[in-house]
Amino acid sequence: MPSRSDGLRALEVDLFVEALARRHGYDFSQYAKASLRRRVSALAQSLGCATIADLLPRVLHDEALLPAILSTLSVPVTEMFRDPLVFRAIAERLLPVLATYPRLNIWQAGSATGEEAYSLAILLEEAGLLQKAQIYATDINDTAIAKAEEGIVSAEHIARYEDAYRKAGGNKSLSHYFSQGYGFAKISSAIKDHISFAHHNLVSDGVFCEVNMVVCRNVLIYFDKKLQDHVLGLFGSSLSRGGFLCLGLRENLGTSAHAHQFMAVDHELRLFRKAGGSQ
Amino acid sequence: MKRIRAVAMGCSAGGIAALHDILPALPANLPVPVIIVCHSGPAATDLLSAAIRRDCRLPVAEAQERSPALPGHIHVAPPDYHLLIEPDGTFALSAEERIHNVRPAIDALLETAAEAWGEELLAVLLTGANEDGAQGMAAVKAAGGHCIVQDPSDAVADVMPRAAIARGAADWIAPLDRIAFLITSLCQDSRP
Repeated sequence: MPSRSDGLRALEVDLFVEALARRHGYDFSQYAKASLRRRVSALAQSLGCATIADLLPRVLHDEALLPAILSTLSVPVTEMFRDPLVFRAIAERLLPVLATYPRLNIWQAGSATGEEAYSLAILLEEAGLLQKAQIYATDINDTAIAKAEEGIVSAEHIARYEDAYRKAGGNKSLSHYFSQGYGFAKISSAIKDHISFAHHNLVSDGVFCEVNMVVCRNVLIYFDKKLQDHVLGLFGSSLSRGGFLCLGLRENLGTSAHAHQFMAVDHELRLFRKAGGSQ
Repeated sequence: MKRIRAVAMGCSAGGIAALHDILPALPANLPVPVIIVCHSGPAATDLLSAAIRRDCRLPVAEAQERSPALPGHIHVAPPDYHLLIEPDGTFALSAEERIHNVRPAIDALLETAAEAWGEELLAVLLTGANEDGAQGMAAVKAAGGHCIVQDPSDAVADVMPRAAIARGAADWIAPLDRIAFLITSLCQDSRP
């Protein structure tokens, strides 16, 4: 059995999670434990708390701390064109199908600081579809949403993303979509105007519109099976007939009660299609 | 010493060759899972699996999120994700920041494995050119687990084993050609 100190840490994390849920309404109890414990420990450390239990009075009494807590717990780590072959497949195989629709709604769930939403919008622009498209990029972390709204990343990052952008089939230079100065790069408003960043909690909020594609990559890995199942149900209800679902490269529909709703377009790249659409 | 229930192994520069020396020498009836993080490029895990699968008596496969670590199986971390162990011994993945500039990181595996298996964990740290794994080995020790570190003088890159030894996180310091034997006897001896 794990040592007593590990058991104690588990107890402290459970108490913290319960305090956060009951005090602020953010329920992390169905998040996978290992990664959550690491992040709660990191939070305690960053706030100068000697133990996780020392976080409890802070989470209960310090209202202003909530954004920092959510920023740490919700894994706001993202890159542009991560897994470029996925983006290439979306551009080459999914967008031609989506192009036949008069309007195009896309839900990117767990958008963090927006890099993936920008990537999608750039793909749509290069396919000539951006004008009739709207991307709803949602997250539970308002700090990340605010940063995504700003649309500013370091110029150094743009240089690093160029390679992935080209592997994704990009035919310009990524910097074409950014105005740069003072070491920073700002996404062009022509791109950003087609993205609505909004608060949405996959744990507690319901379906908010009908969409033709859901992109939710590397979010389900942080959830336990029950919550994964709930979220897949949410995606199933949001998607129009024949709509697409894009998951992270190591995420599966698994034994979800909703798995039958989807068929694989490309299992390797985790691209699925909601049953009932025209082939 | 309590029964060992899992082996967690980390390696970096020179690691594939080291794994190729260790893993095929493990017996087909090894009663515990072997879980591996090897720093590599994005596509290199397939290469790794292919290189060792052919010669191993144990089945080799990428660790799947939410699946249990299986006795007698070799589970390899997928490229570009941290591999974590849940308290119930199942795998979880994370796309969080790189640690020591790497993903998957050995520290993330070892720290969560220590929490899951405590004194029933055997951790093995091999050759590598950065300091990933030292903190994880220290966490394994602190939780009562057992640590084998490759002898630095025997490693292709000695930074990683040296860092772990400097943290006082080595129960055994062994040359590469003794590690499979050590793992096997520690796991067999501790069978119920």
